[in-house]
Amino acid sequence: MTQATTPPAAAPAATGAPQTAIRLRGLQKHFGDVAAVDGVDLDIADGEFFSMLGPSGSGKTTVLRLIAGFESASAGTVELGGVDVTKAAPFERDVHTVFQDYALFPHMSVLDNVAYGLRVRGMAKKQRRERAQQALDTVRLGHLGSRRPTQLSGGQRQRVALARAIVLEPRVLLLDEPLGALDLKLREQMQVELKQLQRELGITFVFVTHDQEEALTLSDRIAVFDAGRIQQLGTPQEIYEQPSSAYVAGFVGTTNLLDAETSQRLLGVAAEHALRPERLRLTPANDTESADAGEVRIPAVVVETIYLGTGNRVHLRTEDGLELVALEQSTGSLDDSGHRGEQVTVRFARADVVALTPAP
Amino acid sequence: MSHVADPSPVLDKAPAPALRGPAARPVSRLLHRRVWLRLTLLLSAPLAWMILVYVVALAALLITSLWSVDSLSSEIDRTWTLDNFRTLWESDVYRRVTIRTVSVALAVTVIDVAIALPIAFYMAKVASPRARRMLVVAVLTPLWASYLVKVFAWRIVLSEGGLADWSGIGSPGYGLTAVIITQSYIWLPYVILPIFAALERVPDSLLEAAGDLGAPSPMVLRSIVLPLLVPGIVAGAIFSFSLTLGDYITVNIVGGANQMLGNLVFVNAGAANNLPLAAAIAMIPIVVMLVMLTAIRRTGALENI
Repeated sequence: MTQATTPPAAAPAATGAPQTAIRLRGLQKHFGDVAAVDGVDLDIADGEFFSMLGPSGSGKTTVLRLIAGFESASAGTVELGGVDVTKAAPFERDVHTVFQDYALFPHMSVLDNVAYGLRVRGMAKKQRRERAQQALDTVRLGHLGSRRPTQLSGGQRQRVALARAIVLEPRVLLLDEPLGALDLKLREQMQVELKQLQRELGITFVFVTHDQEEALTLSDRIAVFDAGRIQQLGTPQEIYEQPSSAYVAGFVGTTNLLDAETSQRLLGVAAEHALRPERLRLTPANDTESADAGEVRIPAVVVETIYLGTGNRVHLRTEDGLELVALEQSTGSLDDSGHRGEQVTVRFARADVVALTPAP
Repeated sequence: MSHVADPSPVLDKAPAPALRGPAARPVSRLLHRRVWLRLTLLLSAPLAWMILVYVVALAALLITSLWSVDSLSSEIDRTWTLDNFRTLWESDVYRRVTIRTVSVALAVTVIDVAIALPIAFYMAKVASPRARRMLVVAVLTPLWASYLVKVFAWRIVLSEGGLADWSGIGSPGYGLTAVIITQSYIWLPYVILPIFAALERVPDSLLEAAGDLGAPSPMVLRSIVLPLLVPGIVAGAIFSFSLTLGDYITVNIVGGANQMLGNLVFVNAGAANNLPLAAAIAMIPIVVMLVMLTAIRRTGALENI
């Protein structure tokens, strides 16, 4: 397996919970000739906020649907809390899903939507209404119980979907791109709320997203998916600072890829390397600052400077045609950008360069 | 960089004639400014057609039913009278035929909905896209065959020594049961299609969500699918009910000696030469339909769309 830099058994330091909520072994799913999931081994610890990150078609949603039971595995097993549920129907599994389109029942009031799972379990009407009301209060929608889902905004529907799942107090909550349909401001707000909710309830969250920033901010651990396989598994820091492959480095954040030839010239090692833009430092071309032993210096010219508010993204080209991107923090001055065509020196520490394993 | 300079010579070569267009279109400008004129031109033809075909025809029917026929000269007497309706109300025959017709229509509707629900569900939610297309074609194909051919086919199937008899299922013989079977067959596509359309609009994620929340399949069908299908079921039921209510050919061919409202209209308009009474009988299904539609509205079944 090329994927795991961290052994799957390593539980996150944050929770320290030794128990495994979800265990996937050799999981495969084929649709006709297409292998949507192609051999996934994964352990998710109790109480963990776990993200599955990848572009559309990478298999992350299919893995989620296999855990929920909406799809049946072509091969491999799904265990929930130590029990093999590979063949169990969705309604027999102690996991609940928050759908991308929320999937609220349009013919029921918000309160009845939230109470649906309790009604199915045969709870008395009065009791289930109380519980549903509590769950609605948890997501701060207590006053909207009598509305129809169509009368709510996107963010409110999202919270109803959450309340409908957490009212059943599942061990595991599966979230399928739950914030995908919200606008940026609301999404950031909901991210904070999700994180708080997860901490309060102590439920395991399995969160599917294609937004790398969302995955980095929210998760205890992340699995980066591509072509039906896990490419890398680790904490957000590990994924970002030590990407294992060019694919992960390119998908999570912006990165400068140095091919083997360039690495040989700059670092003396003939292997592919990644270098984060914020690790590059730019100084004037004629500066006299001496380089210490661990530093690499390359003369370059500024091709384009893009103002981001928090700083500048500077596109550079070295004399031998290498394209680099640097990220400079804003200094607060109104004119602190490098100018197009300006000659600069690019500096970075050898320690900041990450060696990548070659693609199979 | 070089491509940035390219577009300008192209613009020079082709001086935009399109920009002078609007000045040469006074009619468009007039229509744009006068909304009522636009609407009048757009709607006058279909509106005239609607008024002529539906409203005027219905009014003519109502007026005719208030006339009578002179029994000696067989000519229509154009003095207002409620005699026709009094006959309908007081005569046992008309009451029995009305009850029979409504019962047959109800039976056909119930059977059609019961058959259409699983078929539509399979088409919309289970079948592969290819199988779905084939099934839609299969459902629509019988509509291309002549009504008479289909009814006569059933006459042969249900006849003594016919297919039903021969296969061992047994034939009910010609009568009301045969009418119900034949009519159920003929109107089935009109019930399947609206239910299929309504089911297609129910996202799969709703069914998955219900299962995810712990509902077994029968519960999902009862609490989620059926309530969302009510508009489609009502639409299909209105089709089969009203079409059966007005039919008179099937009962002639496979109904034995039984008569339905349509037959009475046919006989009175033709052989009996009593057009006013025929018009009065024709008012019965119209009234029944109006009562049905009001009842459906009252239940609020159509509000959850």
